[in-house]
Amino acid sequence: MAFDSLGAFIAMEGHGPYVWTCYFVFFLLMGAISLWSLRQRRFVIEQQRRRTGSRAMPDNSPAGANFTRIEPSQD
Amino acid sequence: MWQIFHKLGSPKWFFGIASKLMPWLLWVGAAMLVAGIVWGLGFAPKDYLQGNSYRIIFIHVPAAFLAQSVYIMMAVAGLVTLVWRMKLADVFVRAVAPVGAILTFLALFTGAVWGKPTWGTWWIWDARLTSMLILLFLYFGVMALGAAISDEKSSARAVAVLVLVGVVNIPIIKYSVEWWNTLHQPATFKLTEKPSMPAEMWVPLLLSVLGLYLIFGWLACLRMQTEILVREGRTRWVKELVQARGN
Repeated sequence: MAFDSLGAFIAMEGHGPYVWTCYFVFFLLMGAISLWSLRQRRFVIEQQRRRTGSRAMPDNSPAGANFTRIEPSQD
Repeated sequence: MWQIFHKLGSPKWFFGIASKLMPWLLWVGAAMLVAGIVWGLGFAPKDYLQGNSYRIIFIHVPAAFLAQSVYIMMAVAGLVTLVWRMKLADVFVRAVAPVGAILTFLALFTGAVWGKPTWGTWWIWDARLTSMLILLFLYFGVMALGAAISDEKSSARAVAVLVLVGVVNIPIIKYSVEWWNTLHQPATFKLTEKPSMPAEMWVPLLLSVLGLYLIFGWLACLRMQTEILVREGRTRWVKELVQARGN
C-alpha cells in the first residue's frame, strides 16, 4: 500500500479532489453509455417482437384492413 | 480468405459471434481495468515530481489511447465502406462514434483536472489539447452527418468520407508533443523504447489500457447488434431471433 491510512488514501496529500473527481466522472460516463446501450438493444428487440407478433396473429388485431390472398382464376 | 471476408460482412454471422464474445470481453475487460485502477490508485508509488495527482494517468491514458484508436478503426471501416460497400463496416462506424466521443471527452476532462495541480491551469490552447478537442468535434460531426442523411447508402458514403478526411488529425495529435512546444508531457508508452517509468507504474497502466480496450470491444459488439437489429428488422433471421429471445 502506498498510503498509511484510509484518510491519507482519500486525501492523497491534497490531490484527492482532483483524482477522485476524474475517477467519478470516468465511471459515471462509462456506466451511462453501457446502460444506455443495453437499454437501446432491449428496446429494439421489444419493438421488433411487437411488430412481428402483431403480424403473426392477425385474428387478435382490432378491426381494420384485412389483406386476404385471393386466387384469381387462371382460365 | 475471401470466404472469411464475406462471412465478416454477413450481419447474421456477426450477430452470433458477437453474442458469444461479449461476456468474455466485458468480464475480462472489467477485471483488468479494476485491477489496473486499484493497483494504480492504492499501490503504485507516488511520482517524485507530480505527487499523487499523477494517479489520474490510470484513466487518462487509456481514455486518450482509445479515443484515437477508435477513430483509426473507424477510418479503416470507412475505407472498407467506400471500397467494398460492406454494410457491416458502416454499422461499426455508427455504433462506435458516440463511444469515441465519450472517450475523447473523458481524456480532455481528466487531462484538464490533472492540469490544474500540475501546470496551474485547467486549459491552454496548445497543440495537443487543441487537436484532441478537434477530435471530439470530428466525432460529433460523424454522428450528426450520419443522422442528417436518411438514405442509408448515401449516408454511409458521406460518413465514410468525413471519417477519412478527419484521420489527418490523428498524426497531428500523436506528434504534437514533439513538433510544438507544449505543456503536455511526451508519450508514456512507445513501441520502440522501454517505458520511462518503473514497472510498478507501467504494469497497472498497461492493465487498465488493455481492460478498457476489451470493454470497448464489448460496447462495440452491443451497439452493432442494436444497429443490425434495426437495419435487418425485415429479414427472417431477425424475426426468428426476436421471437426466440422473447420466450
